Amino acid sequence: MIKEFNTVITGIGGQGSITLAMIIAEAASKNGYDVKTSELHGLSQRGGTIPCHVRFGKKIYSSVILEGEANLIIGLEPLEALRTCYYGSKLNKTVFLIDNTQIIPISVPVCNEKYPSMKEIVKNLKTFGKKVFVLDASKKSLELTFSIVSSNVYLLGYASGKRLIPLKRKFLLEGMNEVLPGNLFETNKKAFEAGEKDAHSKN
Amino acid sequence: MTSRLLEAKSGKKVILLGNEAIVRGSLESGIGFSSTYPGTPVSEIGDTFSEIAKEAGIYFEYSTNEKVALEAAAGASLSEVKSLVSFKNFGLNVASDSVFPLAYTGVKAGMVIVVGDDPNCWSSGQSEQDSRCYARLAHLPMLEPSDAQECKTFTKLAFEISERFKTPVFLRLTTRVAHERGLVTLDKIVKGKTSGTFIKDIKYKNFPPHIMKTHEEIHDKLEEIEKFSEGKDVNKIIYPNKESKLGIVTSGSAFCYVMEAFDDLGIKLPVLKIGLTYPLPENLFKKFIKNLNEILVVEELDPILEDSVYKLAKEFNPKVKIFGKNGYIPKAGECTEEIVISALCRLTGKKYKLNFKTHRKKFRKIKIARRLPVLCPGCPHRATFYAARAVAGKDAVFGGDIGCYIMGIYPPLETQDFIFSMGASQGISHGIKKVSKQKIVSFIGDSTFFHAGIPGLINMVYNKSNPLVIVLDNRITAMTGHQPNPGMGVTGMGEQTKEIVIEDIVKACGVENVKVIDPYNLKEMMEAIKEFLNKDKVSVIVSKRQCRLLTVRKMRKEGMKIPKFEIDQTKCTRCGECVYNFGCPAIMKMKDGSFFIDKNLCWGCAVCVQICPAKAIGASR
Repeated sequence: MIKEFNTVITGIGGQGSITLAMIIAEAASKNGYDVKTSELHGLSQRGGTIPCHVRFGKKIYSSVILEGEANLIIGLEPLEALRTCYYGSKLNKTVFLIDNTQIIPISVPVCNEKYPSMKEIVKNLKTFGKKVFVLDASKKSLELTFSIVSSNVYLLGYASGKRLIPLKRKFLLEGMNEVLPGNLFETNKKAFEAGEKDAHSKN
Repeated sequence: MTSRLLEAKSGKKVILLGNEAIVRGSLESGIGFSSTYPGTPVSEIGDTFSEIAKEAGIYFEYSTNEKVALEAAAGASLSEVKSLVSFKNFGLNVASDSVFPLAYTGVKAGMVIVVGDDPNCWSSGQSEQDSRCYARLAHLPMLEPSDAQECKTFTKLAFEISERFKTPVFLRLTTRVAHERGLVTLDKIVKGKTSGTFIKDIKYKNFPPHIMKTHEEIHDKLEEIEKFSEGKDVNKIIYPNKESKLGIVTSGSAFCYVMEAFDDLGIKLPVLKIGLTYPLPENLFKKFIKNLNEILVVEELDPILEDSVYKLAKEFNPKVKIFGKNGYIPKAGECTEEIVISALCRLTGKKYKLNFKTHRKKFRKIKIARRLPVLCPGCPHRATFYAARAVAGKDAVFGGDIGCYIMGIYPPLETQDFIFSMGASQGISHGIKKVSKQKIVSFIGDSTFFHAGIPGLINMVYNKSNPLVIVLDNRITAMTGHQPNPGMGVTGMGEQTKEIVIEDIVKACGVENVKVIDPYNLKEMMEAIKEFLNKDKVSVIVSKRQCRLLTVRKMRKEGMKIPKFEIDQTKCTRCGECVYNFGCPAIMKMKDGSFFIDKNLCWGCAVCVQICPAKAIGASR
């Protein structure tokens, strides 16, 4: 049993960061861990950023991750991954797993702010961790399920396949079934398995 | 998640949101009545009650405002039915007028008042209020849970204290506690009374001279509650160690950060964890501070525990040094584990492996475009704001209020020049108009209008001012997650009810210039604004159109196709009106300078078609 494992899941409203946090939390609990998650609602729902924290381990007091202590940062959108990168550190060998589909914020055309290139994003992320995986999660999810919403579980499948998250596959699927029951589970399982498969085929 | 909350199996551990754990705690305490006015971070308490009330056999309502919600819960309690009312920090301000006398009358059946604070103003922009101050002000006990499990445990304890001492009890949450998910152990659900009788009692008549006697009794009651708490582990000393010269006093989520910081620094110091914030356990404090040389008080926002530590230290250990708001723990913003680690390092000489300052400095060097919250694509408010700005000009004063439309604060719409509190757009606009010749367009949402807008409107008529009021009637309380309001004809129990019509109220308030307009009809809206801006009496436009998010959800559910629009690149002059002045998030500016509608994001309101000077936008085939 590991002492603690910290995951940040970030994206924008509607992308499914809270759902993914709930799936991991359920899986961790079924795996026998103490677990806590933290999420921000309200103003952030209206096209704003939604960062969620999931912490599991032997005994968890705080639901919020200490800066530099994230083990895994899942970015459902690249800019949002960059916004939370300080939860990672080289010291803690943080791994970033990000979807490369960009969603341009209104501040770019209206306030003349700049959306950095993927190259710049990855370069900056690397200074806050050990490894950065950039994936076509939204595109893959769209092909498979006719919706980009399953990009979150595609990334989870990838993380599972690459052993980036210390939870048994069986429990991750059970967690998914708990949070996304019925037909939703079958669709999302496809996206999860696709992520897994890509994890095994890519290095 | 509904079924989990009604899960009968005692001893089972389930993951619950702090807010859900409060609902479960209420069910395990035999609650019969709950009311609320929605507000982040505690909206999910009401929403969860709304989902399960019928199945659980209890009553729940969304009241018109927090004061009414509190009074309704008090009425139920005085009639022998256990009740819980929930609202956010500012909701307590609204309800406070009735909270104070309620402390005097006391209650009959248990009554719990949940208040949600939001340190760091994650979703409550109007102030960073610390509602713990209300406990002392109103003479009411207050419990402060640290996590989801304690949300349930303390709800039950709150009902126990309330029943035993016949007083309402505050349960104070912060965003981090309300929106934490954690493992909660379930106990048995208790079926409580859902009907009772109001038995007349002089106690309920707040009036002199007996009110003076009641005031004395309240203080006696608080002393008894303090004694009662000594037998409970609501306040406790963790890691007691007579050798340690440094100790920590803490409460709420700050306690969790202290425990994590110990783990990360590899230390263990004695901790006094306070769960009952008011009345504070003096004997336990005495015992804790007696042998210490130094105390670090770790609490969010105001120095409430700290002031008590100073007071008691003077009496029981005058030499002890006290650290906290004097440069160790900030008075504004959230307390974090980083702050606790830094404070502990300074006091113990320990070193943490990561230097937070240089870590943050490195992060701040990266330029990251802001992701401002925006009105959804197709939002009727955007159309109304655009029309108002186009007609009144940017020099007009735009009165702001509380709701989704607060997003009009951002460019390019910029139609919220002041934001105070629910309904305040009306009063402030009136005051400005009485002394200034500026044009004023004052915006207020439908639910906000019912909540606190009506007295302000009557005042405009009665005291003769002439702002243009636009009621943004999107047929729902959208900001907090689509709760029904009196304008919708549905209750919190999901039952049909009379639909209160806003324009009828406006007319009844004495307003003569009234129009109901669909904001998607830009021409009509602009003409009405133009006409009403020059009236010498107050005028009201009810801008009526359902929240687009709801419409789209309904259309999808019914298998209807959502219309999509596109830009004809041969006609587009690239003036940018649709992005720079309208700001629809579905319209993108491409790298080559052209404009493009993302069909995945477009929700087909067709307002962009009307604003395009080149008539370059049309329906997609």
